[in-house]
Amino acid sequence: MSGAEFVPLSLPPLLIGILAAIACALPGNFLLLRRQALIGDAISHVVLPGIVVAFLVTGVVATGPMMLGAAGAAVLAVVLIEAVRRLGRIEPGAAMGVVFTAMFAGGVLLLEQSDTSSVHLDVEHALFGNLESLIWLEATGWSSLVDPEALAGLPPELSRIALAALGVLAFTVVFWRPLKISTFDEGFAATQGIPVGLLGISLVIVAAIAAVAAFDAVGSIIVIAMFICPPAAARLMTNRLEAQVGWSVGFAILSAVLGYVLAGYGPLWLGARDAVSAAGMIATVSGLILAAAALFGPHKMRSGAPKDA
Amino acid sequence: MLADALSLQLGYNATLVAIGATLLGLSAGVTGTFLFLRKRALVSDAISHATLPGVGLAFIVMVALGGDGRNLAGLLAGSALSAWIGLLCVQWLTRRTRLAEDAAIGAVLSVFFGFGIVILTVIQTMSSGRQAGLEGFLLGSTAGMLYADAVLIAVGGALTLLLVLLLRRPMTLVAFDPEFAAATGVNTSRIDLAMMGLVLAVTVVGLKIVGLILIVALLIIPPVTARFWTDRTDRVVAIAGLFGGLSGYLGAAISATAPALPTGPIIVLVAFALFATSLLFAPGRGVLAEVLRYLAFQRRVHVRQGLLALAQGQPIYERFTLRLLRQAGLARADGVATETGRARAAKALRDETRWGIVRQSEGFEAEAAFYDGLTEIEAVLTPDQIAEVDAAIGAPREVTP
Repeated sequence: MSGAEFVPLSLPPLLIGILAAIACALPGNFLLLRRQALIGDAISHVVLPGIVVAFLVTGVVATGPMMLGAAGAAVLAVVLIEAVRRLGRIEPGAAMGVVFTAMFAGGVLLLEQSDTSSVHLDVEHALFGNLESLIWLEATGWSSLVDPEALAGLPPELSRIALAALGVLAFTVVFWRPLKISTFDEGFAATQGIPVGLLGISLVIVAAIAAVAAFDAVGSIIVIAMFICPPAAARLMTNRLEAQVGWSVGFAILSAVLGYVLAGYGPLWLGARDAVSAAGMIATVSGLILAAAALFGPHKMRSGAPKDA
Repeated sequence: MLADALSLQLGYNATLVAIGATLLGLSAGVTGTFLFLRKRALVSDAISHATLPGVGLAFIVMVALGGDGRNLAGLLAGSALSAWIGLLCVQWLTRRTRLAEDAAIGAVLSVFFGFGIVILTVIQTMSSGRQAGLEGFLLGSTAGMLYADAVLIAVGGALTLLLVLLLRRPMTLVAFDPEFAAATGVNTSRIDLAMMGLVLAVTVVGLKIVGLILIVALLIIPPVTARFWTDRTDRVVAIAGLFGGLSGYLGAAISATAPALPTGPIIVLVAFALFATSLLFAPGRGVLAEVLRYLAFQRRVHVRQGLLALAQGQPIYERFTLRLLRQAGLARADGVATETGRARAAKALRDETRWGIVRQSEGFEAEAAFYDGLTEIEAVLTPDQIAEVDAAIGAPREVTP
């Protein structure tokens, strides 16, 4: 394929997909080890009511308020889950189930009630995203990458997700040691003077930011898949956290690239005319990677577990 | 309008939907209770999301065979099959790898859902797929439901309910004590499988009404709500069924009154309203009851400490204590004890001294465990034992200079 076709049509969605996958997979590693993997699931469900409320309050489909609304809804959901868990003495899984389904139902109801037919805001879009439509019209070829005028026309989702990915990366690097210690031994971390509770909440908030930024570009289904599948597959490849994070980023990139290419060109190779959903395909590929890791990963069992259990 | 809907007067279709939703809520509440007691509530989330590829593939297969792709029975059969595969994947990942169950659930639900979306986009490009309306399965769509579909849902809900009632004893046993269940000869893994099968049945039956994203709410919220009202399993099951059925019925009725009120979300929100009410106001485990209990306890501590202070002739500085004593007629505004107050104070001090003896002597070890500074000694010791303690204290002695 020539640059004239690739750069405007495929490069931006591909980059956005890769960045979204990395931004979600990084905090996903820690959430997985802390047995909070489903937080990503809950967050991506409650993003919908947040966005709808932001739209109803401001009356416009603008990214700023919507990101704020989504982030606010994510934080509210975390607080509510904790409140329901403590006040009602309910196990965390059930508390999560109660809160995120109710908030999602509220979001759908609000969406149906309000007049959003004129704007591009619906449930299916929220779930699937529209990765394929994030094209770069100003680009004419590889040379556009150094042309400031053309660069100004890049889809705004790209810079946002890049910023979010950078933020997540910075958080992971700066707080690496406390994160690592508190993930594996919370009691020991507390004796070392690490604010364990604050760190836990910060991790969830960072995850929420990554989820909201990715959600904006690629829809919630990739968000859930990328929070869980690459870290889970990486967990089966190694016993060291550093290596696990490395593997997970690799798997995330692989899922994004392979998924995008398969969705865009796979059907053409099979003789069909139209592409399939890129978001769905990326999630599917990440699942296949996890399946492969679960079958052949060198560390798929707990260390010390019987070989043929 | 709402009264019409509640009394099933809003036309044939709305009545069918309401009956179907009630039966569905009932069986979901009852089934979900066992799932909740087994602490596996979110497995249902994986199962429900895993139905999507099955729906899509069933549509494609039915069209390829020359039939009508929208045949509900066929679609539901496909969804059941793929949900079953999803469930097996969760179990396989949990048992055969070191991943925890929550990671397995998340992986299965996102991957199956993603694959389902891929299938849906394939269907959209098929010539017969334009009006497939399979998106309706995401959030449920009861408008324009066919009579045959409604009957299918009603029968499915009733059958599920019947099965749950038949299996409730072994499922209760396995939920509370799997080892004991196994020791008494119950095949726990088979019961677990049956439980998951029932969850799957509820999910599949609920696809059309509530949709696959929200069906998990009907399995989780009613049991959690019912748990606030009682500590007995059989009652939790019954109340969860009641709340589930009520949510289904009210939700379907409310949504029938206006076009922009989608059935699934309304049912879930009704269930959540019941939950929030129970969380706040349920006797025993509710928040309000807890606060009242705490306040009553606080009062008892204040009165007790105030009485001890009065008995020892110490001044009381704590205003709240003073006010409580005054309200009970035990002390005057200036902190001097009344006649009754002196009697109660003397009794409190004597009990405290008795408790002191009880806690020091080895013979009363079991009884001393009840000491919390508030419990009346008569509630713990027999009159004979109290006499024994009093003998140890001894009679009043002369003050020797």
